[in-house]
Amino acid sequence: MAFVKNIVIAGLGGQGVLTSSDILADAALAAGFDVKKSELHGMSQRGGSVTSDVRYGDAVLSPMVPPGEADVLLVLEPTQVDINLALLRAGGVLIGPDVIDPAALRNRKSLNVAMLGALSAALDIGEAHWLTAVRANLAPKLHALNEEAFSIGRAAAVGRFARAD
Amino acid sequence: MTEERLLLSGDDAVALGALHAGVRLGTGYPGTPSTEILETFDRVGGRAQWSPNEKVALEVAIGVAFAGARALVTMKHVGLNVAADPLFTATYTDVEGGLVIVSADDPGMASSQNEQDNRHYARAAGAPMLEPRDSQQAYDYTRLAFALSERWKIPLILRLTTRVCHAKTVVRPRPMDAGPLPEPHFARDIPARVMIPAYAKPAHHRLRAKLAEIEAWNDADGPMQVDEGDPALGIIATGVAAMHAREAAPDARQLTIGMTYPLPMQRIRAFARGCERLLVIEEGDPVLVDSLRVAGIEAEGKPEMYRFGELNVARVRRIIEGDRSPEPKPAPGKPPELCQGCSHRGVFEVLRDLDCIVAGDIGCYTLGVLPPFSAMDSCVCMGAAIGVGLGLRHVLPEAEARRVVSVIGDSTFVHSGITGLAEMVYNPPPTGHVVLILDNGTTAMTGLQEHPGTGRLLDHSPTAKISFEALARSMGVENVHVVDVLDKAQSLSALLTDLLARSETSLVVTRQPCVLAAPKIRQYEKTAEAQRIAGCTATTD
Repeated sequence: MAFVKNIVIAGLGGQGVLTSSDILADAALAAGFDVKKSELHGMSQRGGSVTSDVRYGDAVLSPMVPPGEADVLLVLEPTQVDINLALLRAGGVLIGPDVIDPAALRNRKSLNVAMLGALSAALDIGEAHWLTAVRANLAPKLHALNEEAFSIGRAAAVGRFARAD
Repeated sequence: MTEERLLLSGDDAVALGALHAGVRLGTGYPGTPSTEILETFDRVGGRAQWSPNEKVALEVAIGVAFAGARALVTMKHVGLNVAADPLFTATYTDVEGGLVIVSADDPGMASSQNEQDNRHYARAAGAPMLEPRDSQQAYDYTRLAFALSERWKIPLILRLTTRVCHAKTVVRPRPMDAGPLPEPHFARDIPARVMIPAYAKPAHHRLRAKLAEIEAWNDADGPMQVDEGDPALGIIATGVAAMHAREAAPDARQLTIGMTYPLPMQRIRAFARGCERLLVIEEGDPVLVDSLRVAGIEAEGKPEMYRFGELNVARVRRIIEGDRSPEPKPAPGKPPELCQGCSHRGVFEVLRDLDCIVAGDIGCYTLGVLPPFSAMDSCVCMGAAIGVGLGLRHVLPEAEARRVVSVIGDSTFVHSGITGLAEMVYNPPPTGHVVLILDNGTTAMTGLQEHPGTGRLLDHSPTAKISFEALARSMGVENVHVVDVLDKAQSLSALLTDLLARSETSLVVTRQPCVLAAPKIRQYEKTAEAQRIAGCTATTD
């Protein structure tokens, strides 16, 4: 198969897992890739475990990341790291919530976008596409806060992760 | 084709396809994974409304189609059970406007009580079925379905599954068809629409003739794709499983079928001749492989263990390899729970402490079955709480019968509980019965949709509101109470203890808005009030 990048975002309901994967998918689309994104809705609002798969590349077939083939696993909640580790391929990149210093965030709710900032350092999608996608998925009054969170995450991660490609 | 590339869920793609097909009215009942279709259809400018249940939704849509306009009906797989009665006869009738029924199946039961495979309904009801594999096809097939429905005056089923509904993939929309659709009008056609035996007998023959024509069309022009490859392995696949198969076996020959009833059997036969090993990759029941075998085509199906749950690339690889070894179990995640501050919590604490036998129902409150409550003893289908509770009461020894309560949510009550209440009044058990409506003012489980008991329409604007307590009184329920669970002064425990001791019929409405919905409800009410005042001012002026 042609080039395809596999990312799984994991966390708990209410943490913004689905918003995060929407932002990532929109950024990848804007960068000109074929994109597919998949997750299970329904129970996600009730505090349970949530994962969302995003795949982008030349041409994506199945919308789901096969277990053990994730290039990057982004986890928003410490308790969700271990149960999702099997999704990561050998040599894949794990980005856990410890990459962000919560004290650096004006609002803890922007952790998911800060984590995307960290993720952006491991992917080949231009920063402008990311910021456009952040704005497209959030209410205008949240733009400044989340652009700042994105920058904090990106700065924390640049040079820390080998590019996943 | 325009150059526009949209990243849409399958649900959103159906909504956009319906808009571009000129649908006059979308109806349905919320149910994961179908709910977003009507919400999006409303948001992009379509006219959409929630019905009390799927049966009514389909009946309204049949009326729209009889009036010569296009109608879309949406529901989850189990919703089609509720709508099955009108479906099985609607296929006998001649619809004038296109009628398309979306069945959103949930293999793997991400958020459902069973994983029934609604492909059986296509054959059983004689309704042609289209199955998209991604959002682009969800969009294209929605538009195709309306054209076919009108060409043969027959309702079609568009079958989606969870990974089509909720996966986002790229869609390139097309301009709307040229020329305006005909205006709705009434043209009397009694033999085509009044299904008394005298008219239904020829109508059944017409249905079979239509299906034969559609099968011929499917063979000649139907939506399908052949990917050429090594003839050592030929795969026939449908829906999202076709995508998994392409990824699992990129070198195989593959036939992906878009219209799965009636099947393009000539094309399948021709494809089969060019393959050494012919394998059918389908989610759920062996519907497709059985059809091929009945037609005399030697096809291999998946081992029985892959009937359960949804497919994915890893499972399709195992099917291809004939691997029947136990599959690795995914690590258990954190289960969902009732929200902190949820008013259902207090109800289930009382039911647990009173050691009630709880006939439960479908909704967020089904989570009352989990610790620390463990206060639910049955959950079958929408509305079953009342009937099942009554059945338990009829035959259990008195001491146990007196512990039985039926617990049902507000939206579920409107959907299928009202007839249960009629049953309670009509056939009361010797010990009477107690029904609790957990009224949180929304259809919470599916994402806070309105219903006839909220007083608001799909778009949250005001409309008439059904009062459960007034309804119960008018039906003859002997004791009717409304309780605010969060008000410590109103003891639900004392009330229930009293009612359970009586041999009378009782309804208790526990009323407290869903914590997730409450801020939104306040906003809707504020908006409605502002509009009402503006309206008054305009009239005065």
